[in-house]
Amino acid sequence: MSTITRNVTVSMTINGQSITRTIDARTLLVHFIREHARLTGTHVGCDTSNCGACSIMIDGESAKSCTVLAVQADGCSITTIEGLSGPYNGMSAVQEGFRQCHGLQCGYCTPGMVMAATSLLNEIPDPSEEQIRSGLEGNLCRCTGYQMIVESVRWAVEHPAP
Amino acid sequence: MSLVGAKVLRKEDPRLLSGTGTYVDDLSPAQCAFASFVTSAEAHATIDAIDVRAALAIPGVLAVYTAADFTDYPDLPGGLPTLERPALARNTVRFVGEPVAVVVAEDRYIAADAVAAVTVSYSPLKVMTTIEDATAGDSVPLFPRHGSNVITIVPTMDDLEKELAKCHGRASLHIVNQRCAAVPIEPMAVLADWKPDGLTVWATFQAPHHLRNYLATWLDIPQMNCRVVAPDVGGGFGSKIVWYPELFIAPVISKLLRRPVKFAQTRTEAMMQMAHGRDQVHDIEVGYEKDGTIKALRLIVSQNLGAYGDPTGLGLAVLTTWMAAGAYRIPKVSTSFRTVVTNTTPVAAYRGAGRPEAAYSIERIVDQVARQTGLDPAVVRQRNFIPPSAFPYETHNEAVVYDSADFPAALAECLRIVDYDAVRAEQKARRNDPSKPLLGIGLSCWLEIAGFGPNGSLEGFGHLASWESAQVRIQPDGSAIVYSGSSPHGQGHETMLSQIASDELGISFDRIKVITGDTAAVLQGIGTMGSRGAPTAGSAVKVASSRVLTRAKRIAAHLLEAAEEDLEVVDDAFNVKGSPGKKVSWGDVAWASFQPLRIPPELQAGSLEERLFQESPNFSYPSGAYACVVEIDRETGDVTIRDMVLVDDCGTVINPLLAEGQVHGGVAQGIAQALYEGVSYDSSTGQPVTANLLDYLVPSAADLPDYKVGRTTTLCPNNPLGAKGIGESGSVGAPPAVINAIVDALSEFGVDHIDMPATPEKIWKAMKSGGNS
Ligand code: FES
Ligand code: FES
Repeated sequence: MSTITRNVTVSMTINGQSITRTIDARTLLVHFIREHARLTGTHVGCDTSNCGACSIMIDGESAKSCTVLAVQADGCSITTIEGLSGPYNGMSAVQEGFRQCHGLQCGYCTPGMVMAATSLLNEIPDPSEEQIRSGLEGNLCRCTGYQMIVESVRWAVEHPAP
Repeated sequence: MSLVGAKVLRKEDPRLLSGTGTYVDDLSPAQCAFASFVTSAEAHATIDAIDVRAALAIPGVLAVYTAADFTDYPDLPGGLPTLERPALARNTVRFVGEPVAVVVAEDRYIAADAVAAVTVSYSPLKVMTTIEDATAGDSVPLFPRHGSNVITIVPTMDDLEKELAKCHGRASLHIVNQRCAAVPIEPMAVLADWKPDGLTVWATFQAPHHLRNYLATWLDIPQMNCRVVAPDVGGGFGSKIVWYPELFIAPVISKLLRRPVKFAQTRTEAMMQMAHGRDQVHDIEVGYEKDGTIKALRLIVSQNLGAYGDPTGLGLAVLTTWMAAGAYRIPKVSTSFRTVVTNTTPVAAYRGAGRPEAAYSIERIVDQVARQTGLDPAVVRQRNFIPPSAFPYETHNEAVVYDSADFPAALAECLRIVDYDAVRAEQKARRNDPSKPLLGIGLSCWLEIAGFGPNGSLEGFGHLASWESAQVRIQPDGSAIVYSGSSPHGQGHETMLSQIASDELGISFDRIKVITGDTAAVLQGIGTMGSRGAPTAGSAVKVASSRVLTRAKRIAAHLLEAAEEDLEVVDDAFNVKGSPGKKVSWGDVAWASFQPLRIPPELQAGSLEERLFQESPNFSYPSGAYACVVEIDRETGDVTIRDMVLVDDCGTVINPLLAEGQVHGGVAQGIAQALYEGVSYDSSTGQPVTANLLDYLVPSAADLPDYKVGRTTTLCPNNPLGAKGIGESGSVGAPPAVINAIVDALSEFGVDHIDMPATPEKIWKAMKSGGNS
């Protein structure tokens, strides 16, 4: 059995910073972010694109970074959890909502959950509980039982950035 | 103002919310190599040959090791002597996914290539995945040295046949408590760095000190040179207190290669290698009188251990039989169990570990008594409850003395919140209206054993013990660092323990830091499991803090030239009561504490520090009353949870926000067990059919309901905090509530029982066949 590794050069912007690296063409975007850009807030929780721990935004659209090759994101603009900011001690309303409403326990699903929630609110600024639940269907949390996550997202809706 | 009992936001959150937490796989020291395991494709086979040549030829592959490279090392710790488990399978594999060889490469992609390039040839042996198969006449022993697949048998002295026969009626159920996977969203990960001056291991683990102790022994190095760090840990639920081979192999590889070595499990690997939970079969029978009072109970438990006898796995059935009678005063109780090895992933602790199984069976059989007597399930419970006046209550097992509870009050509160009578009326009205979905309501008056616990009774559990350590150290500026041996994985110890210390010390919450999970910082610890954080670690911090305060007061009194009794500590300062302005700040006291000439002569410099190993005289017994209301689609069998009411009694609540979070999370896992989850195997080949998150259904936000939370409080007399613990409550209490609701909804079809997970298919079949499926 032989293995062919093909190296490619990719460039993208992550949280406003451009990064260019020559990488194994098979590299998943999530590993590019974590191991080449060294931004470890984006997590990996599965290998079947079910858990959403790797959720980020590509050109403003929600994406699971384990389902995308880094080369496919060549030239794109990526936002990860480290790229969020806002008036709450530097955190966005969604992040602060999770703090206020205990929307996290172990925190492993949290960056993905926050990114998915942020994307959801970009699409639906005032979602119902049901819309929040179905909007976050692609993100698994094993700790919270979800109700406090739903409340966290509602908190963000009710506290738009001043 | 007291912080214990207040909704305080978590200290942990800012880092976890901003992506600056540190989980093991986030660490990448220079020169870090990546390990990946070749795992058994066979459930039971002998290994004929392992060919690693092709793997070694791949550029970037550093090494491949097999059992032959580990002959200098003993078997993994913890198992029974006849169930030896080497770090890598030697000669025989016993479950699909068992590590057979390990490759090390420059990165995880090359490591994956190398794993695929290793060929292992096997000679298959007979595969037995179930207790029936493993105990059948044609079974073969997994461990020939042990002789039989039955590993332990604890028979009963009296099968109570006479007592049962005397009763007005008998009710029995055959109950399968299916195998579940814990599925912490962070799988196992370990990073080992063997340097000439010592080893450091970062592991996602619930009990880092135990790992340090075992690792040092296994590697034959002094503990001073063996540091284990559990950094941020992405959930555990019991699955991260198991002595996985990866944890032991990584340090050896690091030593051999003289490089840091990391292993991070994929989810598919995790589903096969992380210990599973539950997998018990029960035969439960009770004898009852006409009025529904239960006179005798017999519980026979069979535990599928999976391959190898995990020390916790071997103890699960003990806990189940201890808790067999639940919240009820049953004069005669008889329990027995056996444990059986099979060709499946080892079974160990999963949230509740042995107690959900007990609660499920007793709560199911109580409903069956209600069914057979025609009484309301709430009434049968009320008639059998241990009354509040009977505590402490000695059970059928002398080790188990329930501390305190008020079951009638909890049930009353639960019935009030769910509006029980209204639901029953609505159910009656719907019975003859096929246009509406079926409606059912289920109750669960559960109780569990937690706060582990007095030493003597826990010898069988290996690493679980009763004490927990705390160290409180005042810094020279009057801020404090609290070290705890209970290393958390999401429970919020930094917040919870700071609240306790703040109240005791009079130092503000923001000036207290909690450090856990590092054996270089914390002398000894047990860990976080078994709902023990608040009762054990919390109590330790409380007592240690109050001792520090006593000495600080002496210094403050000395500085103020006042009497200690006249001092009160508020807002980080010691005030002389009734003399406004006469005060000294905590910072000044702390600073003075290091200056021999400024402290009372009987004190030593640097005395504002206390290390304490807090031991409880007995266990704690969290309890509660849950109600679940379900609607079932008559066409599809689809279940919707309309209401989920959770009344908990965990004794003293440190932080209601965190306590509620624990309940929600446990209930979500309990609902998941009742409706969705179950690990299964192809019984002829032993291949897992639920080895990823596509096939194993972890519910999402869209699948789970809102929860209504209530509370009753009876304090635990066995620890200074009065706390009972709350981590496992939901996973103990929820499954019977959900299944009782479903069976209640299906009662008009003559259905007496439905096994978990109650999938639409099972329910549909039950509706069609009238329960005779
Ligand atoms: S890691 Fe991307 S969905 Fe699970
Ligand atoms: S907070 Fe632990 S998985 Fe969501």
